[in-house]
Amino acid sequence: MDFRKYLNENIVYLDGGMGTLLQARGLSAGEHPERWNLTHPQEIIDIQKAYYDAGSNVVCSNTFGANILKFDGSELESIIKAALDNARAARNASKGAQEKFIALDIGPSGKLLSPLGDLDFEDAVSVFAKTVKLGVKHGAELIVIETMNDSYETKAALLAAKENSELPVIVTNAYGADGKLMTGATPAAMVALIEGMGADAVGANCSLGPKQLMGVARELLACASVPVVLKPNAGLPRAVEGKTVFDVDANEFAQDVAELVRDGVRVVGGCCGTTPEYIRTLCEKTRGLSPVPLTDKGITAVSSYTHAVTFGASPILIGERINPTGKKRFKQALVEHDIDYILNEGVKQEEKGVHILDVNVGLPDIDEREMLRTAVSELQTVTDLPLQIDTSNAKAMEAALRRYNGKAMINSVNGKEESMRTVFPLVKKYGGVVVALTLDESGIPATAEGRIDIAKKILKCAAEYGIDKKDIVFDTLAMTVSADKNAAKATIGAQSYIKKHMGVHTSLGVSNVSFGLPARDAVNGTFFAMALANGLSAAIMNPYSADMMKTYYAYRALSGLDDNCAEYISASESFVTTTVTEAKPTEAFSADASSELQRAIIKGFKDKAGALTDELLATKPPLDIVNGEIIPALNTVGEGYEKGRIYLPQLLMSAEAAKSAFEAIKLSVSQNGENTKDKGKIIIATVKGDIHDIGKNIVKLLLENYGFSVIDLGKDVPPSTITEAVLEHGARLVGLSALMTTTVPSMEETIKELRKSAPECKIMVGGAVLTKEYAYRIGADKYGRDAMEAVRYAEEVFSV
Amino acid sequence: MKVFVKHIEAPPVDINEVLRYARSSANDKASEALAKEVISLAKDSFCYSVCYAELPFVTNGKLCDFSAFCVESEKLSKCLGGSSRVLLFAATVGVGIDRLIAKYSRLSPSKALMLGALGAERIEALCDDFCEEYALENRVALTPRFSAGYGDCSLEVQKQIFALLDCPKNIGLTLNDSMLMSPTKSVTAFVGIKEK
Repeated sequence: MDFRKYLNENIVYLDGGMGTLLQARGLSAGEHPERWNLTHPQEIIDIQKAYYDAGSNVVCSNTFGANILKFDGSELESIIKAALDNARAARNASKGAQEKFIALDIGPSGKLLSPLGDLDFEDAVSVFAKTVKLGVKHGAELIVIETMNDSYETKAALLAAKENSELPVIVTNAYGADGKLMTGATPAAMVALIEGMGADAVGANCSLGPKQLMGVARELLACASVPVVLKPNAGLPRAVEGKTVFDVDANEFAQDVAELVRDGVRVVGGCCGTTPEYIRTLCEKTRGLSPVPLTDKGITAVSSYTHAVTFGASPILIGERINPTGKKRFKQALVEHDIDYILNEGVKQEEKGVHILDVNVGLPDIDEREMLRTAVSELQTVTDLPLQIDTSNAKAMEAALRRYNGKAMINSVNGKEESMRTVFPLVKKYGGVVVALTLDESGIPATAEGRIDIAKKILKCAAEYGIDKKDIVFDTLAMTVSADKNAAKATIGAQSYIKKHMGVHTSLGVSNVSFGLPARDAVNGTFFAMALANGLSAAIMNPYSADMMKTYYAYRALSGLDDNCAEYISASESFVTTTVTEAKPTEAFSADASSELQRAIIKGFKDKAGALTDELLATKPPLDIVNGEIIPALNTVGEGYEKGRIYLPQLLMSAEAAKSAFEAIKLSVSQNGENTKDKGKIIIATVKGDIHDIGKNIVKLLLENYGFSVIDLGKDVPPSTITEAVLEHGARLVGLSALMTTTVPSMEETIKELRKSAPECKIMVGGAVLTKEYAYRIGADKYGRDAMEAVRYAEEVFSV
Repeated sequence: MKVFVKHIEAPPVDINEVLRYARSSANDKASEALAKEVISLAKDSFCYSVCYAELPFVTNGKLCDFSAFCVESEKLSKCLGGSSRVLLFAATVGVGIDRLIAKYSRLSPSKALMLGALGAERIEALCDDFCEEYALENRVALTPRFSAGYGDCSLEVQKQIFALLDCPKNIGLTLNDSMLMSPTKSVTAFVGIKEK
């Protein structure tokens, strides 16, 4: 029988523990259980036959760690082939009368994916792809991806399964006692990701006993529309007189799991510590239960690596500020590949309270595919908000969706044939909630009715691609009311109808409505209020706009979404300050703003340093502020540090304050269409194999403070990348960092390569394990004890 | 030989230790304020997990034989000297602090530095608490901790430790090709067991 059909109609029984049983049969700690497929096939067959005899419908091949990172190619193939042969032999030998299937079992790679670890996402996909292909070749009937404790690795494995087979896929994660994965994802986030990518079932396994997993199982049941899987441990392992004992017996285990089957769990089995007896008892305790029918939960949700954002009762705010349109400073940042600027833009919006960040980095002259992918990856290191991938470039969209850790929001598709043909396959493959604009080949209809017709057309086409309406959010397009007095009415009319009568969520880019009018915020805020009252689910908006935020908090308070109006009251404090800052710019600055700026930098007051610089810019040329205020302040701090009067944290806080002053100057200079001049280009990197970068980042910050343009290649950087960057930018100085004894050789290798290809370039090195003597022995020009020494050396190099 | 997994309650934070790791001192009020800020920032970012095994131990002063594998190191032999059993453990305070460090190294290096110091303080506290609890529960005394990479003990020994304790599966701790651990705030160590 077809597994998918069987899964839809029945309670499916999986098998139980394998590793713990193999240990009982003599597998020693540190030995790869997968090799037993070849060396002890009968032991494997006996255990798997016992599971089929006990009533399992699915037995997982003994391939948990069978991947190319642990075994070489030919051994991997023989292991996977033997594992599936063993499972088939077990099935043939069993007299059990139930339907029996053989699953290719896939566990974690054993490596942590970058940026947390060093396994690149695409490399992880390749690792799993290899295992999947071999499983398909040797007769697996379904794929079980299990015990994954990281959402990103889960995505890599599922993507590999989907790209390399047509087999049904079951995905289960290992949740901790806090109900989350090791890397932070909640069950709702995992359902969004896994279901979005088209897995056949989603669930939890390992780590805890059935009682401790009940909460997770119920959360999964509440949001999953596909069958939910549960494969707990036999409780927790305890050391009793040198033996591992699990604290939940077969009877208690079966009772607890049966309770969850009655609640709706459809696929059950056991993990560590469970035996065929557990599965037999579980089958007995659930005999006669009919599976709880599957229901489509109709939940519209996007997710990050920690949480899901669900569309529904409360409006969702999508921050629009990561977008170069009309922003000179942002364009400059993109051209200069200044990722930090984009990251700051993301974090500031998060602090303002948005739920999703829109990411648009499209500019005519940049490689948008590369830039969007980088921006998405980097943003995910500083914020756990779900992202909205905003591009009209299909290649960029795919690159970003692929890399994204979670289920992304996608901006956008529209009613044009070509748009739907391009975007829908990506939504289907990678999962996502897509914003659909109600326009098509003949433009934007003037009336609500016209836009509704396009919405219907889009839904129909999406269905043909297998995309449900819950993964669509309509944007009925806010048009400029100053150009057409009925513009706002048409937008809201369509939006209201779509929500009420078609049952699909809506989103609006609010700001457009006020284009060409004075005091735009007032119009935006009121338009936003009207749309919300008509059921708007989400808005792409400017979270720095006081009127928008006032409307948002007031709406929530008035709609019964804010207990005791607590959030409104706490947000109201910022409403006041925003009005004050708006009035500020031209007022006379305090007489001693300059000495105050120096003081702010020395004390490390980041915000104050930025604000004081803004004030000073009204009267002083930027260069005077830099040379007369910022640099002297930095020198004071730098000298204090060198003399041991100031500690490292204080030095850094001052450097950050200076950076914020520089940022104010950059902004002013770019608005005036001028260019800032730098003292010279310096390439810095943490060498290959090393993932420590705090020291390197400190050096970068201080070099930038002193006016150098620093090209930061990041951590774990191969020698060739560093050499290429030096040649490309014509850099006269390179800074290399290594923290471990094991990675110093990699530094030496980098220096050798640089000497060969760029003999003119000076090399300074630093890092915890380095000494002056060692640095010179491996060929460096300079050993920098700390960041200040790096600055002094750079000034020396560039003064020549 | 069995491998056990243990989750430990959060040990109290010693702010002076955090400041020491940040190369600052409690006299520096600005550093202290920063330390307090990051302690509050990171308060929900830690887990405290350990996996461990007890191994038999014999040595000739040079070669340390743990039955499952051998390590050549005079220093290790000396450190464990006199014990006939050894506690081998891997401990981690989890991936949350690495995320925060990565985040703030882009946004505020001073916070990143202090978070790094806090992570170092946390993992040391975890190791201390784990060893203390183990000694109490088993009524034994323990020698100081010794980690691969110290003195003449090759860092390559990490590979054997990881294979034996199955760190990725048991506590989510992984090893890269340069023998670095992820999450970074983690420790593996040998401890000699002395009967009381």
